[in-house]
Amino acid sequence: MSLLALNPLVKPDIGLLFWTTVTFLILLVLLRKFAWKPILNAVKAREASIDNALASAENAREEMAQLKSDNEKILKEAREERDAILKEAREIKENTINEAKEKAAGEAKRILEDAQEQIENQKMAAITELKNQVGEISIAIAEKILRDELADKGKQQALVDEQLKDFNLN
Amino acid sequence: MSFAAIGAGLAVIGAGIGIGQVGGRAMEGIARQPEASGKIQTAMIIAAALVEGAALFGIVVSLIA
Amino acid sequence: MHKLLNFSALASLTVLLSTNAPLYAQGHEEHGHKGHEHIITVHEDVEVHGERFPETENEEGDYDPTPVIMHHIQDAHSFHIYGEGHEAVSVPLPVILWTEKGLVTFMSSEFHHDSHGHHVVEKKGMYFVNYHEDIFQLERPDETLTLDEEGHPTNTQPLDFSITKNVFTLFLACILLFLIFGTAARKYKNAGHKVPRGIASFVEPLVVYVRDDIAKANVGEKKHEKYMPYLLTLFFLIWVINLMGLIPFFPFSANLTGNIAFTMSLAVIAMFVVSFSGGKAYWKHIFFPKPWGVWPILMPIEFASNVIIKFFALMIRLFANITAGHIIVLSLISLVFIFQSVGMAAVAVPFALFISVLELLVAALQAYIFTLLVALFIGQAVADDHH
Repeated sequence: MSLLALNPLVKPDIGLLFWTTVTFLILLVLLRKFAWKPILNAVKAREASIDNALASAENAREEMAQLKSDNEKILKEAREERDAILKEAREIKENTINEAKEKAAGEAKRILEDAQEQIENQKMAAITELKNQVGEISIAIAEKILRDELADKGKQQALVDEQLKDFNLN
Repeated sequence: MSFAAIGAGLAVIGAGIGIGQVGGRAMEGIARQPEASGKIQTAMIIAAALVEGAALFGIVVSLIA
Repeated sequence: MHKLLNFSALASLTVLLSTNAPLYAQGHEEHGHKGHEHIITVHEDVEVHGERFPETENEEGDYDPTPVIMHHIQDAHSFHIYGEGHEAVSVPLPVILWTEKGLVTFMSSEFHHDSHGHHVVEKKGMYFVNYHEDIFQLERPDETLTLDEEGHPTNTQPLDFSITKNVFTLFLACILLFLIFGTAARKYKNAGHKVPRGIASFVEPLVVYVRDDIAKANVGEKKHEKYMPYLLTLFFLIWVINLMGLIPFFPFSANLTGNIAFTMSLAVIAMFVVSFSGGKAYWKHIFFPKPWGVWPILMPIEFASNVIIKFFALMIRLFANITAGHIIVLSLISLVFIFQSVGMAAVAVPFALFISVLELLVAALQAYIFTLLVALFIGQAVADDHH
């Protein structure tokens, strides 16, 4: 006691001890209810909402990237499809042209062949007719000669010979 | 002048050297690793408080004596 | 009392005050002897023995700043505004006493500015005097205080629960805190998830700082929330009272955080908070420290350091820092009166300003350190066993 009584600065005053303890505890309860809880909760809620916003922004970014890559994929596919279609079309075109060409060539050949055949046929027909005519003519000549020369036997013989010499050409 | 006052002075000298060391080393640490300055600062203050605590006992004794 | 002044001189103002130190010492030694005669000669009718509250002048006419400084840094039953002696202007505060006849209350103005044990106030048939801001009870109205060899009254002292200058300051600080943080909290209701404007935007960084850098960093991410209201209240109460103490006029200027009873109260509360949050691992560490060979030595040391000394240091640290700050500022201003020259103000005022600005930092720093260390102790107490 005497130790503490020596210097009033280090002598704790019972009244102030009492008031400080009581006041501090009351202040703690009051501030806890009316200040700290609302402030801390609001700050916490805001931080949570900021975190959420950041997370959703991140999500949106990822989705965007996903969408972009999807788009690119679709575009690529479309491009490929277009290329394929074009290629096919080109092939079809070429095929068509080739076919047409072949067909035309074939037709032309056939027409030529037909024409040659016809020509050949006509030639043969003409030759046959010629032969026939030649035969008729020969017969007619022979008849005539025979008529003329039947009287004169010598002369007939000479005529036949002479005539035959002329018809030897064919 | 009393002996207690001299004792208080000696306690303060000790604390001064101690806190000077703590602060100086903390500065070096921060200079070497600026990114750790927050942690160094906290540790520095705690160490300084402990050194100061020792000096305060000396001062209280000199106040009571 | 002058020892404290010498401490502050040694601590912070060696150069400045070393020129005056012999003056103080001389003044006091003489005062100690002659003050006795002085009182007896002046107040022969009231036989008061021992030293009086020191006068502001000693016998050689030199100004002695100690009484003024001591008066400032100690508690009082009324709030002094200006003036001296019976012409002083002060705000009376309620005196609340618990005596053998129950509660006694009256205003401090009934003492008529007397703190030398002269003016007797009669209540419920009991007689009270104010002696150096301690209330003593007398048997008869014409009785005087009986002092022991050291000058301390031996009369009975009723339990003094008065609303003193410091208690008044405490209430004022609480009202201020409640207004500031209550208003800030209300701003959040309207703001929703947006950042609130006004006082809340000023308060929020501080609250978040206490939460992140003091509580979360030291108590731990998981368990800090439970302790947030306590740590926040502690931090802001100490800070606001520190700042109020730096404002040199009514209704501020009280040296509340530099009062041992106030810091003791906070330290005891901190002790209870830490001890009750201590888990199994914490108490095991205190009562069964390893290695076993030195258990008889280590156990008392662990117990004393964890349960008592930590908090004793908290109490002393805040008290000594704030009191020293107040003493230094007042000592510097006192230089004007010691040298009895206004020219001295050219030196004293810039120095006092410098120290005051430093004290602004100390005000925040001490609040921070007190809260930080309490958070650290709580963190140690709630930590799980890692061994």
